[in-house]
Amino acid sequence: MSKEYVTVIGLEVHAELNTQSKIYCSCKNSFGAEVNTQCCPVCMGMPGTLPTLNEQVVASAVKMGYALNCTINPVSKQDRKNYFYPDLPKAYQISQFDIPLCENGYVDIWVDGKEKRIGVTRIHIEEDAGKLIHDNSFAGSLVDFNRCGVPLIEIVSEPDLRSSKEAKAYLDTIKSIVQYIDVSDAKMQEGSIRCDINVSVMEKGSDTFGTRVEMKNVNTFSGAVRAIEYEAARQIAILEQGGTIEQETRRWDDQKGQNFLLRSKEDAHDYRYFPEPDLQTIVLEESYLSQIKDSIPELPNKKFVRYLTDYDLPEDDASLLVASVEKSTFFETMVAFGDVKPKSISNWILGDISRIMNETGKALADLEIDAKGLDALLLMIDENKISNSAGKTVFEEMLKTKASPEEIVKEKGLLQISNSDAL
Amino acid sequence: MELYQLTAWELFEKMAAKECSAEEITQSVLRRIDQKEGDVQAYLTLNKEASLAQARAVDQKRASNEALSPLAGIPIGIKDNICTKGVKTTCASKILSEFVPPYNATVMDKLDATDCVYLGKLNMDEFAMGSSTENSFFQKTHNPHNIKYVPGGSSGGSAAAVSAGEAVLALGSDTGGSIRQPSAYCGTVGLKPTYGTVSRYGLVAFASSLDQIGPIGRSVKDVALLYSAICGKDEKDTTSIRREYPDFAKGIVPSVKGMTIGLSDEYFGEGVSDEVKTAVMKAVDALKEQGANVVSVSLPSTDQTLAAYYIIASAEASSNLARFDGVKYGYRTKEYTTLEEMYEKTRSEGFGDEVKRRIMLGTYVLSSGYYDAYYKKAKFTQKMIQDAFQTAFGCCDLILTPTAPDTAFQIGENIHDQVKMYMNDILTVTVNIAGLPALSVPCGFDKKGLPIGLQMIGPKFSEGVLFNAAACYEELLGGFSAFSALK
Repeated sequence: MSKEYVTVIGLEVHAELNTQSKIYCSCKNSFGAEVNTQCCPVCMGMPGTLPTLNEQVVASAVKMGYALNCTINPVSKQDRKNYFYPDLPKAYQISQFDIPLCENGYVDIWVDGKEKRIGVTRIHIEEDAGKLIHDNSFAGSLVDFNRCGVPLIEIVSEPDLRSSKEAKAYLDTIKSIVQYIDVSDAKMQEGSIRCDINVSVMEKGSDTFGTRVEMKNVNTFSGAVRAIEYEAARQIAILEQGGTIEQETRRWDDQKGQNFLLRSKEDAHDYRYFPEPDLQTIVLEESYLSQIKDSIPELPNKKFVRYLTDYDLPEDDASLLVASVEKSTFFETMVAFGDVKPKSISNWILGDISRIMNETGKALADLEIDAKGLDALLLMIDENKISNSAGKTVFEEMLKTKASPEEIVKEKGLLQISNSDAL
Repeated sequence: MELYQLTAWELFEKMAAKECSAEEITQSVLRRIDQKEGDVQAYLTLNKEASLAQARAVDQKRASNEALSPLAGIPIGIKDNICTKGVKTTCASKILSEFVPPYNATVMDKLDATDCVYLGKLNMDEFAMGSSTENSFFQKTHNPHNIKYVPGGSSGGSAAAVSAGEAVLALGSDTGGSIRQPSAYCGTVGLKPTYGTVSRYGLVAFASSLDQIGPIGRSVKDVALLYSAICGKDEKDTTSIRREYPDFAKGIVPSVKGMTIGLSDEYFGEGVSDEVKTAVMKAVDALKEQGANVVSVSLPSTDQTLAAYYIIASAEASSNLARFDGVKYGYRTKEYTTLEEMYEKTRSEGFGDEVKRRIMLGTYVLSSGYYDAYYKKAKFTQKMIQDAFQTAFGCCDLILTPTAPDTAFQIGENIHDQVKMYMNDILTVTVNIAGLPALSVPCGFDKKGLPIGLQMIGPKFSEGVLFNAAACYEELLGGFSAFSALK
């Protein structure tokens, strides 16, 4: 092992959108229903049926496009990707080929104490396939069509990632963004966010990428880390032995911690893409696009960095606050009063308030905290008028009685006597 | 005069005047079917009992003075690639031989609202691929004028049934001439509507960007009636067009006064028989005498169009027909050990030769490396053709051509010569490629006594103009029914 290698990674993330209905029919878009109960002649590809595009899918994809700083194509089209598989009832998937909805974006991720910008090649919309069920009581396989036509966005990154750690940070960022802008539930255990991984290795200092290998069937982010490390090691071992890397597709088996050849370059599918003649070109008006653009909130990755720089919060505090929209919103309401140190506010939110939320199972809004009152309370603690532990008592009393902290302090005689004159 | 020999409009007037009942009409047509079907073999499925019950229900409605559509009680046949809820829809293919759709095509829902009577499902070339109805898995339909001859195709069952009096009206579908060419061969009136004016939902797709459902009848007014009943925007078909659709039958003014008719040399060239040319030119002269102007227009070569057509249609077909894989419905091979083998055997055994040919052609032209040379070029040619028609319609209201280069050929005559078979479509495919409406009406007989078809092509949404011109010609000839085989 004389040489040093750099791993080059590109990711294709598939996220199921949380729209009410499926992408091309009015079936409910929901997970976990009894097999073959959420399907109709259209999503089952019955003869003569036709798709009609769910506009909400376009809106969600465009929203994600803006969140990832993409250019939105005002005119885009849908194409057929043709291949045979029993879970694909039409034997083609409606997807987008040469003109996707969104292109040329980027996302900033946080790795090792600094930001890194990762290019986003494109985001397109497509339909999900069904699921094969292998049941031991039956010799063949069974098909559940419930997932057919569930709307997906595919987010394709540039090969800008250089380690499994960066890949993990990228995936976490994408997940937090789809959840923040509420386009996907991104529940890994339900398969609503999953990825294909392209990995190549090159000698350190080289500017030519090695031959890439695509890995499919990666269903968890931790699995992605393992898959990348395994594949990079496999490729390096081959190169070290003087071998060459073949362009191929491999299937990741997370249980075995290994990947297996799925198909070589020669066996690669020819999907015979062509424009979907059953659907119209997607044309998006300027006003429609700007309306969606304006609806994008500050994104978690940006907010995180701002909390570090503007409020001097530790990374842990920042990421915990950012992870929850209501906590970060409340945090900023409190900070805006300008009376108390941001770190003190963060401590309260991540400490007592979170504890009470957990204990009562209530959302932050349901606790009906009087922000101004809490501000006054924290000020009293900061100014050493009452002790921190007294503050907790006062806070619990505030939640119960809705009284002001001053009243409670007075009533309970909790004023801390730090003034020596008073003694 | 038997009831089965009358047009829908004549029958409507008779029923309205209480001169006959819907049940009597259906009975007359069913008797005619009993008499002729052995020779013609137009039907794949016949619903005698159900159609009589429907007719009786119409009579009851009329007795209780309910407002009824002019199509109420009119016996209609449906091409077997249009999905009919609860009734077998086979596309004349082994692969769908037992397929019963659990849903209706939109046109069927629309026809339900008219209270027309459904006689059954009509034979066709398998998946609408063919020009003779010889490519049906089940049976060959015969031309009712001479049963040694083909009825044309792919809607051969529809045209033959209407011509033979085995239906008053029928629905066909037209991807490259499949309504017009059989109409020409059988002496009926057939309309290929403007693309997007009739919903394709529930029409088993052959080539999605070219397919249109349309009516076949024995008079212009009948065809206009049925077209009015089925056209319109459908939320289930995003390629269907939202616009005002008038009552076409009511709107007919049988006149060509002041109309300009375009003629293109391209459509009277080599391959078009002298008898056909003469009959069509005679019709042009007759319309000229009625006050039409005639100009010559330039259109792209028909060879080029035919090539573009076969590339686009086959490409779409290869994808549309991929779903027939034995997994979900339809035929599945009996013995197999792997998934691959199941696919291969199911599709090899389930599809006929012509369908396989087009699937292979379509798969080839879409393959990576060939896409640009074929599909992309064909789409470019399509744009050129559309532009050429637009230019032509800048100086004329409609273009007259023969519907087919010749009259019907004998059964078996062209079955081994695919190119000769494909040449049948050479004068009709342009219309589909350009998305235009066109009507085929009879304009004479050849020496063998077989009907000759005249094609009237108009700009998009000009169905009303086509009906006016065709109705004018119809009046001159004293009706088109004489070109049907009703005797």
